[in-house]
Amino acid sequence: MKNKNLYNYILGIADNSLILGQRLGSLTGHGPSLETDIACTNISLDLFGQVRSYYQHAAKIAGDNRSEDDIAMLRKEREYVNVLLVEQPNTDFAYTMARQFLFDVYHLSFLQELQKSKDLTLSAIANKSIKEVSYHLRFSTDWIKRLGDGTAVSHQKMQEAIDGLWTYTDELFHQTEADKAMVAEGIGVDVTLLKEAYYEKVGAILEEATLEIPESKWFQKGGKKGIHTEHLGYLLAELQYMQRAYPNMEW
Amino acid sequence: MTTTEQNIDEILIPILEKVSDPEIPVLSIMDMGVVRTAVIEKDMVKVQITPTYSGCPAMDVIGDDIKSALKAAGYDSEIELILAPAWTTDWITPRGRKALEDYGIAAPLNAEADISVLLEGKRLVKCPQCGSTNTRLVSQFGSTACKAQFQCDDCQEPFDYFKCLK
Repeated sequence: MKNKNLYNYILGIADNSLILGQRLGSLTGHGPSLETDIACTNISLDLFGQVRSYYQHAAKIAGDNRSEDDIAMLRKEREYVNVLLVEQPNTDFAYTMARQFLFDVYHLSFLQELQKSKDLTLSAIANKSIKEVSYHLRFSTDWIKRLGDGTAVSHQKMQEAIDGLWTYTDELFHQTEADKAMVAEGIGVDVTLLKEAYYEKVGAILEEATLEIPESKWFQKGGKKGIHTEHLGYLLAELQYMQRAYPNMEW
Repeated sequence: MTTTEQNIDEILIPILEKVSDPEIPVLSIMDMGVVRTAVIEKDMVKVQITPTYSGCPAMDVIGDDIKSALKAAGYDSEIELILAPAWTTDWITPRGRKALEDYGIAAPLNAEADISVLLEGKRLVKCPQCGSTNTRLVSQFGSTACKAQFQCDDCQEPFDYFKCLK
């Protein structure tokens, strides 16, 4: 492949949305209330829509008759390069919203920078997605505040979720080889520059939600290199089932 | 309104106006603003459409519907999905807004008012049933990606609000 770095770079962006979209999609019919159920699946739909644009672009770059479906459905676990945060399970609604919030804050700031990409397709996808992700962030922020500053039980659950997921936040700002190459070409976003503002914004909202900012400085990593938590395998088994059982079917 | 970027041959307008949004059948895709280009080149109509939301499942159907409407009028066509410039609710025409209201969906407010109703609980969205603005947000997400759920506290009717996208 001629442009391996760009291909890998696009997967790095798209895999996050694919895996988070799948997590949220599995709440279809299982959300805690009708409204939140519909909200989670709407967010999932937005993410899948964005993912299609990214994978179509990646498939063109690969240029070897690979389709968007092949990229989405036919890789092995180690070939997915999503961050560990998005593959964490829907433990409870507090976890689901904490995961969403911790990702949304990053996602929006990332897309704001990606808009400036010299790759016009990436910049167009970013521009389109920002509008959608702004709604996602509004929704998740609202729930952080509502549960954090809610009852004693909701507060405790939300604090547990934030504490449990905190260890996966640092990885968002790790650079891969593809990242570095794409930043140098003016195509990619330098994620290291997003970190400070991220923790400031997250901190401010947690504070408003009367939640404590975790003190732990020990962070998990590996997802961007394909080393995943035990949760991803199960998710992929479900995600890929149709494509494996009925090869070559299309979305 | 940013309709200047649209490039549609006049002769095709009446044909395209008959194609409706499959999820909001009273609304023509022209009034929705999703058709950005439709030009006759030799014996082929080149059409560009843009999705309202990235994951909008209606886009494939809209593409097919355009193809068959043009075919019925004697044109072969080629449909392309474009992302830039990104669709905004500002592209919904005044006639489209009226069609939404008549159908029971509150039309999008401006960006600032939209934030105040969705985030700050302001009561500004007009109930499409009774016209009261004594309405409240039930959920930021509704029956489709582009809508939020509201309820009117005067006539008690629940209704969809078409979210502002800018």
